[in-house]
Amino acid sequence: MTETRMTHAQALAEALIGEMRADPAISVIGSYVFGLGPSSAQMGRIRQEFGARVFDPPSAEAAIVMLATGAALAGGRPFVSIGTAAFSLVAWSALVNEAANVHYQSGGRSSVPAVFHMLHGVRAGAAPQHATSPQAQFWNNPGLEIVLPASPADAKGLMTTALRSDNPTIFIDHPRYLETEGAVPDGAHALPFGQGRLCREGRDVTIVATSWMVKVALDAAQMLAAEGIEAEVFDPRTLVPFDDEGLFASVERTGRLVVVDECVINTSVASEIAARVAEHRFDALRAPIARVARPAVPAPFSAPLEEMVLPSADRIVGAVQGLMRRG
Amino acid sequence: MQTTEKMALWQRMLLMRRFEERVIALAGKGHVAGHYHVYIGQEATGAAVIDALGPADMLFSTHRNHGHFIARGADPAAALAEILGRATGCNGGMGGSLHLADPQLGMPHTSAVLGGAPALAMGAGFEMARSGGDRIAVAFFGDGALEEGLALEALNMAALWKLPVLFVCENNSAGAIGAAKGGYPGSIIGTERLTALPAAFNIRHVSLDGNHMEGLRAAASDARKALIAGEGPVFMETNTPRWFGNQGLWPDLRHGPVDIGMATGETPLPGGPDADWFAAHDPILRGARELVAAGVPLSALHQADARITADMDAAEALALAAPFPDRAAALRNIFAGQST
Repeated sequence: MTETRMTHAQALAEALIGEMRADPAISVIGSYVFGLGPSSAQMGRIRQEFGARVFDPPSAEAAIVMLATGAALAGGRPFVSIGTAAFSLVAWSALVNEAANVHYQSGGRSSVPAVFHMLHGVRAGAAPQHATSPQAQFWNNPGLEIVLPASPADAKGLMTTALRSDNPTIFIDHPRYLETEGAVPDGAHALPFGQGRLCREGRDVTIVATSWMVKVALDAAQMLAAEGIEAEVFDPRTLVPFDDEGLFASVERTGRLVVVDECVINTSVASEIAARVAEHRFDALRAPIARVARPAVPAPFSAPLEEMVLPSADRIVGAVQGLMRRG
Repeated sequence: MQTTEKMALWQRMLLMRRFEERVIALAGKGHVAGHYHVYIGQEATGAAVIDALGPADMLFSTHRNHGHFIARGADPAAALAEILGRATGCNGGMGGSLHLADPQLGMPHTSAVLGGAPALAMGAGFEMARSGGDRIAVAFFGDGALEEGLALEALNMAALWKLPVLFVCENNSAGAIGAAKGGYPGSIIGTERLTALPAAFNIRHVSLDGNHMEGLRAAASDARKALIAGEGPVFMETNTPRWFGNQGLWPDLRHGPVDIGMATGETPLPGGPDADWFAAHDPILRGARELVAAGVPLSALHQADARITADMDAAEALALAAPFPDRAAALRNIFAGQST
C-alpha cells in the first residue's frame, strides 16, 4: 500500500471526495468542516468538483440536523458540518432525541445514514462558549456512533467508514490537528469502528487518550521514557463502538492506568473508561486509576488560564509518577 | 367530486374513527400503557390530504398520528398491536402510540417532539428536490408546533430552497379549554392569524374549513401540483374545533362510538353541551349528510360501517392475541447493521 504525506484536513477531504465520487447520495450541508484557518481551502476542492452537492444552510443548527435526518430517511446520505462542536448543543434534541432514536423506535426498520462533523476543544482564545468537548455528553445517548480521530491516516480511514455507515455518526475533530501532517494510505482507506490504536508500547503504565490528548499523551510518554518509565499509549479512536478488548489487554500488560481527556472531568470520557477498567479488570491493577481532564470550570479566554485548565504533558507525567510510587 | 370518490373518502375517515374508538375502549380496559392522543374530529384533513398523495410521497406526523397512519393504509392490526406494545406491532413494540411508523408507507419515522414533523418533512423535501422524481413530503402538525423555533426554521429553509413540502397545520385550538381548567391550552402565539407565519417567508398559504372534506381534497390536490412543478412549499391551515373528548388531558369517549344514524336523525343527537359538535362539526356526520344529500342511501353508509367494524373486530382480536416482545428485544436495533 502506497502512502502520501498530507495534513489532517487534506486527509478528511480525500475521504469526502473519494466517497462522494463513489456515492451520489452524499451531499455536504455546511462548509466549515476545515475550520477558519488555512485548511478551509480544502472546501474549495470539494466545491470545485461537487458544487451542486454542497449547500450553505442558514445558521439554524437544530433545523440543519433535522434536515439531514429527514434527507437520510428519504434516501440521502448527508454529511453535515456543525462547525464548532459547542453549536451541537443548539441541535441537541435533534441529534440525541431524533436522529439517535429513529432506528430503535422504528423497531429497526428505518435508519439515518448521516455524518455530523464538528470541531471540539480548547483552541487559542475560544472562551467558554466555543471550547466545548461534547463527546462524553454524546456518549450518554444510545444510537450514535462517535468518532475521534488523532492522525491524518485515521482521519481518512474513519471518515470513509463514517460516510459508509448506515447510522448517525458524530465525527469530532480537533482544530489543532487540522494542519498537522502524517502519512496517509492512498486510494480507498476504510478503518473499522471499534478498533483502537496502540500508538506506543510500554510495560509500566497505560495512558488512554483521544483526539488532541493523544498527541499530548505521546509527548508525556517521551518525557517519561527519559526517566526510565515506559508508557503505553492507547487511542480507542471511536467511543461507540468501543474497543474494550484493546483497552483491557493494555491494562493487563501494564497494571496501571491514566486516562487523559479534554472533557470536563465530571462524567467525562475518562470517567467512563476508568469505570470500565475498575469494573472488569480491577485485579489487573497495581495502583488506583488516575484521570487527567479539565477541571469542572468553563474554558477561560486568557492564554495562561487556558493552559492552566488543559491537560498537559507535565500533568500526565505527574499522574504517572504518582501511580509508580503507589506500587 | 364524484359521489363514488366522496364515498371512498368518507369511508377512509370512518376507518380512522372506528380505529381510534377501539383504542379508547382498549385503553379503558387497561390495555394501553401511558398517555396517548387521538385524532377524532380532525379526520377530514388527514383523509383528504392523504387521498391526494402519490405512493412515493412521504408523510411526517406527530404524537397525534393514528389517523394519518391508518389513512395512509397501515394494517390496523399492526397499528393496534403497536399501541398495545405487542411484538407484532408495526414498530415491534419499540415506539407505541406516539411513534407509529412504517417505511413501506412513506412514514419511516414519527417524531413526538413539537416542531419535529415540519423539520423532518423539510429534510425529506430537500432530498427529493436534490435527487429528482415527482414526489413531495408532507408535514402534519398542530398549531402548537408553531410555538417551536424549529418549525419556523423549517419554514425558512423550505422557502429558501423552494422545497416540495406541504405543511399541513391542523389548527385544533378552537374550543380548547386551557391548562388552568385542566385541559390543553390553545395556541400560545403572538399572532392573530397562523398564516402570517408562512406569509413572512413568502410561502404560499391557505386557511381552510378543516371539516369540509371536499374543499380540503381540492386544496391538497392543487398544492401537490404546485409542489411537483417546483413552485416551492405550500402551507395549509385546516381549522377544526377541538373534539370535546380532547379538551381534557385524557381522551374521553363519553357518548360512545358515533352512530351514523345521527346524520339524518334516524338516531337522536345526544343532548347537553356536546350536541353542537355532533350537529355542526363532526366530519363523519357532516360527510354522511353530504352523501345522503347526493343520493346515497343511509343504509349504504351503515353497510360500509358494518364492514369497517368487522375489520376492526378482527384487528382487535389479532392485536390482543399477539405476544409481548421477548425481553431481549430491548437490547436490539440500537444500530443498523448490528447483529440481532
